Amino acid sequence: MMTTRRDFLRTTLLTAATASVADVALGSPSKIPSADRMGVLCDLTACVGCRSCEAACKRAHGLPAGPDSPAANRPDPQEHRRPSPESLTVVNEYKSSSDGSRKTYVKVQCMHCDYPACESACIVGAISKKESGPVVWDGDKCIGCRYCMVACPFQIPSFQYDTALKPDIVKCDFCVQRTREGGVPACVEICPVEALTYGRRSALIEVARRKIETYPDRYRNYLYGEFEAGGTSWLYLANNDFKEFQFPDLGRDPMPGTTESIQHGIFAYFVPPLSLYSLLGGLMWITKKRKEAEEEMAE
Amino acid sequence: MSTPTAPAPLTKRYITPGVIVLILLALNGLTFVLVRLLFGIGTVTNLSDQYPWGLWIGVDVAAGVALAAGGFTSAALGHVMHREDYHVIVRPALLTAMLGYTFVALAVVIDIGRWYYVWHPLIMWNGRSPLFEVGMCVMIYAAVLYIEFLPIVTERFMGRVQLKGIFSHLNGPLETLLRILNRALGKTMFLFIIAGIVLSTLHQSSLGTLMIIAGPKMHPLWQTPILPLLFLLSAVSVGFPMVIFESLLASRSFGLKPEMSVLSKLGTLIAPLLGIYLAFKVGDMVIRETFVYLATPTTESVMFILEVVVGVIIPLRMFLSRSVVRSPLGLFIASSLVIVGVLLNRINSFIVAYTPPYSYKPYFPSIGEISVTLGFVSLLVLAYRFLVKTFPIISVERREAAPITKYSIRGSTK
Repeated sequence: MMTTRRDFLRTTLLTAATASVADVALGSPSKIPSADRMGVLCDLTACVGCRSCEAACKRAHGLPAGPDSPAANRPDPQEHRRPSPESLTVVNEYKSSSDGSRKTYVKVQCMHCDYPACESACIVGAISKKESGPVVWDGDKCIGCRYCMVACPFQIPSFQYDTALKPDIVKCDFCVQRTREGGVPACVEICPVEALTYGRRSALIEVARRKIETYPDRYRNYLYGEFEAGGTSWLYLANNDFKEFQFPDLGRDPMPGTTESIQHGIFAYFVPPLSLYSLLGGLMWITKKRKEAEEEMAE
Repeated sequence: MSTPTAPAPLTKRYITPGVIVLILLALNGLTFVLVRLLFGIGTVTNLSDQYPWGLWIGVDVAAGVALAAGGFTSAALGHVMHREDYHVIVRPALLTAMLGYTFVALAVVIDIGRWYYVWHPLIMWNGRSPLFEVGMCVMIYAAVLYIEFLPIVTERFMGRVQLKGIFSHLNGPLETLLRILNRALGKTMFLFIIAGIVLSTLHQSSLGTLMIIAGPKMHPLWQTPILPLLFLLSAVSVGFPMVIFESLLASRSFGLKPEMSVLSKLGTLIAPLLGIYLAFKVGDMVIRETFVYLATPTTESVMFILEVVVGVIIPLRMFLSRSVVRSPLGLFIASSLVIVGVLLNRINSFIVAYTPPYSYKPYFPSIGEISVTLGFVSLLVLAYRFLVKTFPIISVERREAAPITKYSIRGSTK
């Protein structure tokens, strides 16, 4: 969670560099993600909908199994659930619109964006993108304002509305604890059909390309997450248009681009606010002098 | 009209039937605040993971900040432009702004999950976040407003500090403190006044920047990169209508003659401001070709048309009419429409326009949310009434002004 010296130097240099070159270029957020960041390739054509990833996730994060535990009480497959404070990931079933018997299972969790809107939005900087890929939340800073939820284009962060004293923002943390110790995320580890592959993001893109080339009948020629909102750590392959599975249709521009340009424009070295201050000060002085002169004339 | 006027504490009775209704509304709101603090946000509100922001952010915070804009617009007119003729409105506008921001801060505290961490942005900075900027500016501006109010306090109590009993030996030091404060503030006040205007332009606009990051989750009728400019322009155009609205209400409630000479002149300034706002609003719609969304009747298109027609175009036409600007009723209706327009715009921007990709249940504010909002508004009016009876804020004709020696620091207003 701590900012390392390297992180600090990197951000400082980058900020200085971007500020001097192209400060207000629209659509360019201030942080550049690491080239070695990790990701997960999720192959929806392989997923059988067993939902053991949901259970493994709950175990890894100490969450209650609850009524939607995989073994008992299977939820209505047509009910499309969303991640919640009790389940950081959910698997939903989608019937093909052309062929009703063909089912696709879609795993939903935080996409771990390369340019996270939540990180840019957070008022206290409680959300950060780690160099290794995960977008994580820091409970010591969070004030519970829920702006990250407003900002997230994938509608992922969840809030503990029924907790009075210390409600958390809850979302997939990419098993940051496990991966730091050399492990793989719990959902990837448990998947019995290897629908999930954990690896360096750049390598996963290669793998996905090869899969599409080798099995053109099996895959739609599209890798969701490669460019969406500037790119995400989680990448999806599917047999159909991603709109069928309710993936949001996002452009290639990072979500924070516009707001950060506006903020940098307004606060470019505090020049605009200070100029306004001196302008108003000057105006105040001139009108005061004029007033005094008028009063003298009157006398 | 030629009678000299000066700000003085008002002497009318505090309790009236209307005040009793306000007290009941305030108590009802505070009950729900208590439930929220004890059992969490979910028990009181209809907020969800799909709709994380609702009435409290849209109305209490966003509209609250906009409707408190009378403070900085009248400060600019009265102090920066040195228009002495408008001085009677500066103090009431300052009080409204001060109370407005106080209740915005309270609303934020109630809305955020971990209210006891509300001070975190002071030491944990994220310069990339527009919310951080809004938070910092609002906190600093609220402090500036309290400083701007201090001279009214010193004016009220200087030479009149008469504590009784064991506190009587504090009278001397208190008097000295008031005099030092008064002198220091008199010399430096212009710094705070200008700072207040700069801070206002910054956070009024940044409130608009807030929703830009929501991207496609915000309906295209409102989602535009010039949202901060639109928010600033609408805040500037609602400042004077708010001052007029409040001045006419206060005159009626306290049985004073409305300051029509000043208010009419103020009214003539509003049409150009509304015109600029309308030009940018319509221009933005034409350039982004979002008028196509107005062709189909949806909640969004109806609300957008209501906001622009009722809240901007009709009052704009009214303020251009001489007879409207000269009549108290006309001014009151036109000003109210501008206020309703900005209120609608903030509700639209933060609630109606927010269309999350996975929405299973539409959002409508709960009884609890509405109660808290009404409760805070009532508390604000009650505080306003108390303060104008305690401090010299509203100008009255001099012969009606109460003799100053009547008061002691304990604030008895018999």
